[in-house]
Amino acid sequence: MYDVLIIGCGIVGAAAAYQLSRYQLSVCVCERYNDVANGCTKANTAILHAGFDCPVGSLEARLNLRGIELAKEICEKLDVERISMPTFIIAYDNPRELQYIEELYRRGVSNGVQGLRIVDRDEALCLEPALNPNIKAALYAPGSGIVNPWEYCIAMAETAVINGAQVKLESEVTAIEKKDGYFVVTTTSGVYEARYVVNAGGGWSAQVYELVGGHGLHQTNFAGQYFVLDKSQGEKLHSIIFPCPDEHGFKGICVTPTVHGNLLVGPDCYEAADGDHVGTDPSTLENLKAEGHRSMPGIDFREVIHEYAGVRPNTQIPDFVIGEAPECPHFINLAGIKSPGLSSAPAIAEELETILRGCGLEMKRKEQFVDSRKRIRFRSLDEEAKREAIRKNSLYGRIICRCETVTEGEIVEAIHRPIVPRSVDAIKRRCNAGMGRCQGGFCGPRVHEILARELGVSQQEILMDEQGSFLLTSVIKEQQEEETANENRV
Amino acid sequence: MRTEYDVIIVGGGPAGLAAACSAKETGAEHVLVIERDKEAGGILNQCIHNGFGLHYFKEELTGPEYAARFVKKAKSLGVSVMLDTMVLSVERGGVSASDGAGASGEERPWHVVTACNTAYGLVRLTGKAVVLAMGCRERPRGAVAIPGDRPAGIFTAGTAQRYMNIEGFMVGRRVVILGSGDIGLIMARRMTLEGAKVLACVELMPYCNGLNRNIVQCLNDYGIPLYLSHTVTNVEGLQRVERVTVSQVGSDRKPIQGTEIIFDCDTLLLSVGLIPENELTKQAGIPLDPATRGAVVHENMETKEPGVFSCGNVVHVHDLVDFVTAESQRAGKAAAEYAAGGSCGAGGRELSLKKGDHITYTVPQSIRLKNVEKNVEVSFRVNEILKDMEIQVLDNDKIICRYPREYMAPGEMEHVAVPRVLLEKASGDTLCVSVAPRKTDQVPACPERNENKEVLP
Repeated sequence: MYDVLIIGCGIVGAAAAYQLSRYQLSVCVCERYNDVANGCTKANTAILHAGFDCPVGSLEARLNLRGIELAKEICEKLDVERISMPTFIIAYDNPRELQYIEELYRRGVSNGVQGLRIVDRDEALCLEPALNPNIKAALYAPGSGIVNPWEYCIAMAETAVINGAQVKLESEVTAIEKKDGYFVVTTTSGVYEARYVVNAGGGWSAQVYELVGGHGLHQTNFAGQYFVLDKSQGEKLHSIIFPCPDEHGFKGICVTPTVHGNLLVGPDCYEAADGDHVGTDPSTLENLKAEGHRSMPGIDFREVIHEYAGVRPNTQIPDFVIGEAPECPHFINLAGIKSPGLSSAPAIAEELETILRGCGLEMKRKEQFVDSRKRIRFRSLDEEAKREAIRKNSLYGRIICRCETVTEGEIVEAIHRPIVPRSVDAIKRRCNAGMGRCQGGFCGPRVHEILARELGVSQQEILMDEQGSFLLTSVIKEQQEEETANENRV
Repeated sequence: MRTEYDVIIVGGGPAGLAAACSAKETGAEHVLVIERDKEAGGILNQCIHNGFGLHYFKEELTGPEYAARFVKKAKSLGVSVMLDTMVLSVERGGVSASDGAGASGEERPWHVVTACNTAYGLVRLTGKAVVLAMGCRERPRGAVAIPGDRPAGIFTAGTAQRYMNIEGFMVGRRVVILGSGDIGLIMARRMTLEGAKVLACVELMPYCNGLNRNIVQCLNDYGIPLYLSHTVTNVEGLQRVERVTVSQVGSDRKPIQGTEIIFDCDTLLLSVGLIPENELTKQAGIPLDPATRGAVVHENMETKEPGVFSCGNVVHVHDLVDFVTAESQRAGKAAAEYAAGGSCGAGGRELSLKKGDHITYTVPQSIRLKNVEKNVEVSFRVNEILKDMEIQVLDNDKIICRYPREYMAPGEMEHVAVPRVLLEKASGDTLCVSVAPRKTDQVPACPERNENKEVLP
């Protein structure tokens, strides 16, 4: 019997587990995929929003502001890549846009956002020379930042595990039965009992809620597509740029650097049936180019290295849906966590703690709580530190991903961490191998080989990403003949 | 471990090995090749098909055989090879000791190569001359914006080739190939021989990008259809590729609605172009040519940074390794001469080469007459299929030499040898290489160096 069972190990589930692992509680997280951070957390804009555009008085507004404060602390402690960076909402010379940034300014001030200013064209261009010089003015918000969303999630989930929480992968919840004082949760990996159940189901939070008879949450997922550009483009920009929303209220295509130094352009917005499987299409991507250029004319789209699509897990309720379910005591929803969910995650976890206390869960702090984590990122070390790393472990001297300068040492270290990555993409999310210009063309097979070796399985068992994404179909004829010959000999 | 070399070569593929052998043969004492893989030979090691060496060795070899000849030669010449080692940067160092000074007495900077491996850790090596021979990489899916889902089963042709030929694994059973580059064509045959069904080879352009011999031997011989002016317009599959939609494109290269063909398949191979791997070059601040995406080079393959040379696919993507070898031999020889304090070619007359009609780039981009013995070899590609044309080297409007060609295609690199005597006659400092309909005027055609090309009587 667990005290708390969390459904979903995206950014919200991971933050919840990390928060609860401070206390003398038994905590379990059930994740449907074979890795954490594999749903909405995997594909988003990777921004820690300043908090000015949330509706005044909303949960989003409060948790966003608190969340980005907590993010500074957590990223520092758990060694997660995060860079502070201002946001510009640019306005062209038309009354609608100029009024909009004024309104946004007032909203931000009401939300308690610090440092907001309306800047004129000249000052905006002085602060960020990459902006379109044809703008009239901009809202300047210095409090935002960018983060590595996977690492953020993985770091919190790992730290939770180090502090005693369990993360069960490939454990999709199929049924939840309410008993007297506890729940029986059936998953694809087994049946578990827990006194409290937390719904951090991301793109499926409405469906998870329905498992306990919950109604009134209608999940409408809005997809958006993105371009990822080479570092040659990322280095041109040092801020996050948003245009003003269009007449329909759509936020507009964002242009932002990533913590890895790339440039991201996107997302657009359209309804998608499926909660995580979304593709890209040419007409949408063409539109992204035009919109990207409108904010930042200097983008060279010949330097695109990747495209992807992500989903915002919206519900019909305009705010986050956080609280104990009215029809099911001790079942707590952390549902409808759309943007700014990544920014708010650790604050949502604090909120969960308060709710659980309110439901009567006793929380006593652990005497020992490990709250630090350190990774070696070979690329960013200075020369002496590089030498030292190789001296301690010679595998840091072998570069596997040449585009991102990722060493075998980093990959092997990642494989032996508390949440074991079992796919080529899981390594990509942890070490950046395969994130560069050649998109794993060179290092993919090498990472594949290292994974098989370290996990002690055959290469054919290693997947690209989630369950079913097999890379190899068989061995070649020559190998088959050899294998047959060996068998005959035996 | 020795840390000072006459010539340091970055990359131990065919370009690096040929440059190393030539540097040694020219008299450089300490020549080092740094290779990131566990053995030298580069991409040739996974090219187990034959067809290599027809020009250079006058016999037909497989990729590993071709590489092995150069590995053996490098060894017998006493070239040092550092394997399993990655070069992190190439920088200009301090001024060399007196023995490194040029013949004219000017002080020359050393070049510092920072590399790392598991045996020595991070090392700083210095070379009087450096040859950049890092080769190229394949364009991935993202660079060509293929729409649709993102399942497993989409490989670049070279990655699939590595899985099959080096590691012994099959990557799929029912295959569609996008792009008609040579590796894609070779893989169509390879996968067919391994029992896979190759359903189609799809090419956006109205012509094939690979060598004609590969179209015949790899597609036609196995009845694999080539769809010209077509492209992939959708990929479906949640975990693994399940379906690929192919559509015809118009003259604007945009898909035409209603022409969709759906292939049930589990694999999509991409052979959509190669990009020179110039991160080190860029980092060193050496100017690149946007047309080749390789370094701007002089006649002897020297970049704009004195003492740094570049050759092979990192300068411009070749179709035949034989020509990589020839080009790299020039680079290796020049690097050794530079290291010995010989003329670096600066000063004296310099002609820059301009691209004329139908020409997408030229290598070299500039010619220093001082360094040209009899001929200068100029390589380039054309932008479309051309018949009954001639290549002209123009001095303003005056044709100084011309080379007739019955057939030229973007997939086959062109080479001409321009005699020094003609270059000397140039009136200005720019020459233009151009392609025009064949003329029968009084200017004689130049003698051909390439025996496979037709020569006018």
